[in-house]
Amino acid sequence: MTMRSRFYELAARALEEDERVAIVTAEIGTGELPRHPRHFNVGIREQLMIGVAAGLALEGMRPVAHSYTPFLVERPYEQVKLDLGHQDLGAVLVSTGASYDAARAGRTHQAPEDIAALAALPGWTIHVPGHPDEVERLFMRALATDDRVYIRLSEEENTARVDGDGIVVLRRGSAGTPLVLAVGPSLSETLAATVDLDLTVAYTATPRPLDADALRALALGTDVVLVEPYLAGTSAGEVAGILSDRPHRFLSLGVPLGELRRYGTPAEHRAAHGLDAKGIRLSLARFWSLNDR
Amino acid sequence: MAIATTLGYDDLPELLTRLTGDEKHDWSSLSTLDVLWVLHDRVLQPEDRFLLSKGHGPGAFYAVLAAKGLVPVDALDGFGSFGSMLGYHPDRVLVPAAGIGSGSLGHGLPIAVGSALTGRRVYCLVGDAELDEGSNWEAVQYAGRIGLGSLTAVVIDNHSSTYHWPGGVDARFALEGWSTARCDGRDHGDIERAFAETTGDRPHVVVADVETKR
Repeated sequence: MTMRSRFYELAARALEEDERVAIVTAEIGTGELPRHPRHFNVGIREQLMIGVAAGLALEGMRPVAHSYTPFLVERPYEQVKLDLGHQDLGAVLVSTGASYDAARAGRTHQAPEDIAALAALPGWTIHVPGHPDEVERLFMRALATDDRVYIRLSEEENTARVDGDGIVVLRRGSAGTPLVLAVGPSLSETLAATVDLDLTVAYTATPRPLDADALRALALGTDVVLVEPYLAGTSAGEVAGILSDRPHRFLSLGVPLGELRRYGTPAEHRAAHGLDAKGIRLSLARFWSLNDR
Repeated sequence: MAIATTLGYDDLPELLTRLTGDEKHDWSSLSTLDVLWVLHDRVLQPEDRFLLSKGHGPGAFYAVLAAKGLVPVDALDGFGSFGSMLGYHPDRVLVPAAGIGSGSLGHGLPIAVGSALTGRRVYCLVGDAELDEGSNWEAVQYAGRIGLGSLTAVVIDNHSSTYHWPGGVDARFALEGWSTARCDGRDHGDIERAFAETTGDRPHVVVADVETKR
């Protein structure tokens, strides 16, 4: 089961079990979600989708707005900024499509910059689950608050789920070795890229707020590597701020800024962006001057 | 001026002078003044919600809120200053009675639709030039097609939209399924009548005609 289908299942259940929950869609995902008096499909009107979510929140509801990533975050960006943020209203935004799930569809349907855009606004908790099994915990918890929460679903997923909040250690290196932090679905490729190296590999599904305590506890060597499945550098400022009092070297990997202008498959895009195991390894080899053949 | 709730329409000029420090201004020229007064004095019920979408020039709004005891009269003095709760565009976090923060045009109606979907009776004030923003029409179309009877919009029409609304802006609401009423935006009885003409089974728009902006 994909993250997306898991979300539809959870959202349907939430509509039945929690009368505060309302869902707002704009034709995308509408058919996969149940018809329900509190499921509002506004047609292909994304500005209205966010405005309606804000109005529902104004009345004490817990709105969930859902669409394809660029149409949820970027097209109605001012609505996200003002109708939710400036009004100090909460909502759960759940996107699907991530950076390049829509490889064949082209740039119009790709949104590697979504997290950077949302993270530029105050008060957002941002989750990037790496496995369908992680979606339930993050989504149900988001429903139980009145916070502004963004959950970014993707077709890319790790081979296994990771339990636990904040930053979780997957593999611990010896004292003073580098820390490699993988976000969301970039974990499996990161683990494969580093299997023979003595370093600590950690994971988080929550880039905002980034788990500062765990990062400081784990970054005991000088070198820190961040692997994000969206725009490179999105969390570089967070890491630099958290480690500002420590001399460190920092490598930030992610989707490079630029227009790829290729179609094809998500796997081809991942490779083109240097985010498959081979590409990650290549970047690490350059960073550490490894003698890889 | 401690008992703010006793103030009436005739007190608004004094409140506006206090807000701006301008003693010579003819406050009756404020395009929204009479509609805001009639709404707050005669139309809105305690459980209703009012959203000012056209946040530009909120002086009339602040004066009406102060007259009705919804913001402290003393707050009018520091209008726009660093420590003031009252800015050149309202902020609902600073002034809960403002309903929403506004300023960027075209945000109020979509929020009003969401609020009205819960069954709340909602009134939303927009300007005729504000309707240039496409986000309004997303709200107008959807509210009309689903027959959102708990929603009333009022357009303050001072004919300020550069490219105009040929045939009248109300015709566009009617086409989308709204009931419509025009009124003289200076005539309190006429304004009250126009709000009362709602049918309840569809959203209602009042187009309040005021003199052309100079």
